Amino acid sequence: MNWHTYVNKTGKVPKWPYPVNYGKENIITSDVLIVGGGVAGCRAAIAARQRGVSVVVADRGFSKRSGSGGAGVDHWHGAVKNPCSKVTPKMYSEAAMETTDGYTNGLARYIIGSEGWDALQEVEEWGVQIRDLDDEFKGSIFRDDETKLMFAYDIENKHCLRIYGYNIKPVVDAKMRELGCEVYDRVCVTGLLTEDGRPGARVVGAVGVNDRTGEFYIFKAKAVVVSTGHTNRLFNFAPEMTESQSMTNLNQTSMGHVIGWRAGAELIMMEQSGPNVLSGMGYAPYSTGNDDNTYQGSRIVDKDGREVHYADAEGNLIYDEEGIFKSSEEGSFVIGHGIALDHGIMPKYKISGTDPDLWSKVQSGEYQMPFYTDFPGMSDTSRDIIFQLMLAHEGKCRVPIYENLTKWGFDPAQDMLQYPVSDYGKLPLNCSWCGTDKTPDNWRGGEGGFLTDWRLQTTLPGLFAAGCGPLPSQGCHGESQTAGRYSGRQAAVFAEAHDALEPSRAQIEREKARCYAPVSTEGGDIGWKELNYAVARLMQDYCGEYKTEHTLDMGIRRLKDLWDTEGQRMYAGNPHELVRAIESLSLIELGLAHLEASKARKSSCPILGFSRVDYPEVSDDWHCWVAVSQDEGGVKARKVPVDYYLQGEYSGDLEENYRKYAELEGK
Amino acid sequence: MYSLPSLAAPCKVLEFDKDKCVGCNACVNTCPCDVMIPNPEPGEEPIVLYAEECWFCGGCVEECPHKALTLVPPAKQRLSTIWVRKSTGKEYRMGMKDPLPPNTRKPSGRT
Ligand SMILES: Cc1cc2nc3c(=O)[nH]c(=O)nc-3n(C[C@H](O)[C@H](O)[C@H](O)COP(=O)(O)OP(=O)(O)OC[C@H]3O[C@@H](n4cnc5c(N)ncnc54)[C@H](O)[C@@H]3O)c2cc1C
Ligand code: SF4
Ligand code: SF4
Repeated sequence: MNWHTYVNKTGKVPKWPYPVNYGKENIITSDVLIVGGGVAGCRAAIAARQRGVSVVVADRGFSKRSGSGGAGVDHWHGAVKNPCSKVTPKMYSEAAMETTDGYTNGLARYIIGSEGWDALQEVEEWGVQIRDLDDEFKGSIFRDDETKLMFAYDIENKHCLRIYGYNIKPVVDAKMRELGCEVYDRVCVTGLLTEDGRPGARVVGAVGVNDRTGEFYIFKAKAVVVSTGHTNRLFNFAPEMTESQSMTNLNQTSMGHVIGWRAGAELIMMEQSGPNVLSGMGYAPYSTGNDDNTYQGSRIVDKDGREVHYADAEGNLIYDEEGIFKSSEEGSFVIGHGIALDHGIMPKYKISGTDPDLWSKVQSGEYQMPFYTDFPGMSDTSRDIIFQLMLAHEGKCRVPIYENLTKWGFDPAQDMLQYPVSDYGKLPLNCSWCGTDKTPDNWRGGEGGFLTDWRLQTTLPGLFAAGCGPLPSQGCHGESQTAGRYSGRQAAVFAEAHDALEPSRAQIEREKARCYAPVSTEGGDIGWKELNYAVARLMQDYCGEYKTEHTLDMGIRRLKDLWDTEGQRMYAGNPHELVRAIESLSLIELGLAHLEASKARKSSCPILGFSRVDYPEVSDDWHCWVAVSQDEGGVKARKVPVDYYLQGEYSGDLEENYRKYAELEGK
Repeated sequence: MYSLPSLAAPCKVLEFDKDKCVGCNACVNTCPCDVMIPNPEPGEEPIVLYAEECWFCGGCVEECPHKALTLVPPAKQRLSTIWVRKSTGKEYRMGMKDPLPPNTRKPSGRT
């Protein structure tokens, strides 16, 4: 029942159901600490534990279901070494580097290409189905009949797989617990501990707060992996309206970036930004008729049943199903959706999409709105692969979409699903459920993360990055699980080689005072939502599409003002609200990192979606990463070559670097 | 009558089947966002305290050992998920007045 019903029925306001002990200390020691038990964190924990070290995991939610990856997956990217694939790790990384003009995480992509298939085979062993074992799709163009693997996006190159991943998180979580990793659920990590409490020094642990009890956790570890996922809440905040359609939940605030930034780590790509499509008046993912991603290849018809064709990257209409799942260029391959390479992608790597002239054809009367996904008009196999397999296993789809649709009688063999009534010319990536033209113009950032070496170690010794968010330019399960597994291995190796160090008590006290201010300030009157709305307002205004040195400085000043004024008057009525308040405050620090990075880049950069009104030119001098960090002396910024991982101390060859640093021995 | 703040929107993210729910709180303890709290009365259905923090992952529904939970999409979504039966041209939606019989076909795969 909801709260109102309870109060109306009983005449009582329910007491907080958990024992509250604000500030009570729990001290937990391990070799490796994982911050964030999403799929990347769980894989890191498993890999570290398999090397024999002790592992503690702190997760903000409940790791069995938490994170973007907690609710399922249907596409597995990056398993380019699967036996059917014609793509190699080198081709995969170099395509990403080429299509982004170098602004991608080439080293992580190489690691993922090299180990992605191993990472997938492991989850298969633990209980995730990755093959058509019952021959349901035998003979289909999407299937290899020998291995029973099934492919998405590109049926010639076969590097992206369709999997039955709806239970993937519970499976990975169970494996992690079975191996003896100690998991602390509902603990939000709020700060890192560094040697002698100095910024820029070795990381020796972390602190956090439990969102039910308010107790304080001090984690001491020889090495730490940060895997807190993508951000929600920084540029946009409207949970009442957006949570049902969001790709991240409210626990995801990029706290990993913030704690790294506060501890002095270097971050790159923080100035990346672009128009936001998943906010405001969007629809729940895959809840309407569409031809995007999971639905790719489904038949599209207009109101009168007239078929709409797909087109290749060059705009040539495609008349056969096979043609939808091919690159427009002979010898190239389709990269696919959702791996942070969608914007401005080169045609030869681009996925097919709806007829680009559809809108003008609607305006001329050739087609009549609305459109429908014509499931009944498809072959049984093609319909089933989308509805019974992909939609039933995709994230946030099994219960909210598949079960709800079928419970209300939807039968794809008989029924057509309606597209929203939209300006069909405005659908970037064909993603109609984003509600692109229904969402007021607004801006977002969020692909930036830690600058790492080939071990995925950040610029702070002992701190490793994994998964979406902490690793810049990442976006998917396959990548997160594979990089997580690699980072965990590296953290274990680091822990084996280093002694434990005692954290600084002064730093612990500082972190503690900051955390509990919202429950110890007299007369606090600013709740977590109010502060969050204010941060999002400032980010839209000062870190949006139009930036100058002066307006960026204004943004920095206003965020600091927000911190010093309303931020010092926070109120929290219980531990849940306290942790939300800590998160909202941390967004101020995250916003500052975005603004500082934007200020440091004195040139526009279309690939990063970054435009400076005062530096409109795209200067070759700025074809580089901008690495920002802070220490006692303030904020520092420096240029780093985009392919720094192939220069200086590193070999110019991806494979050679991988072999040298991957710790493959004793894996 | 009590003085209460307005209902959050969405108002009702979860429907508990009174005949099946035993108040075991498995759903409460699954939710990554702590949307629910246990009912102070042991054995009674949980209380949805923070409906607007539900991100509709369905985890609680999956974990309920008694199949007592239904995830209720917000009205704006019930009204935007529309389908047409090709043979009759008739329109349907989630949450419609005279529901069709459920489609009981199982998803593909062994899980
Ligand atoms: C609807 C949907 C469909 C998707 N479909 C696909 C798909 O088909 N294929 C694909 O490849 N990808 C897909 N994705 C993307 C994929 O789920 C993510 O890329 C992946 O989950 C990222 O994994 P991660 O572990 O890096 O982050 P997450 O899974 O988001 O995990 C982050 C974890 O960090 C924890 N955390 C955050 N802050 C803190 C803190 N301060 N202290 C402690 N813990 C913290 C969170 O609780 C969470 O458990 C989909 C995502 C969604 C939402
Ligand atoms: S898990 Fe199911 S039975 Fe247990 S309290 Fe929740 S709804 Fe009731
Ligand atoms: S659907 Fe997910 S977020 Fe919503 S109450 Fe259930 S477990 Fe929590």
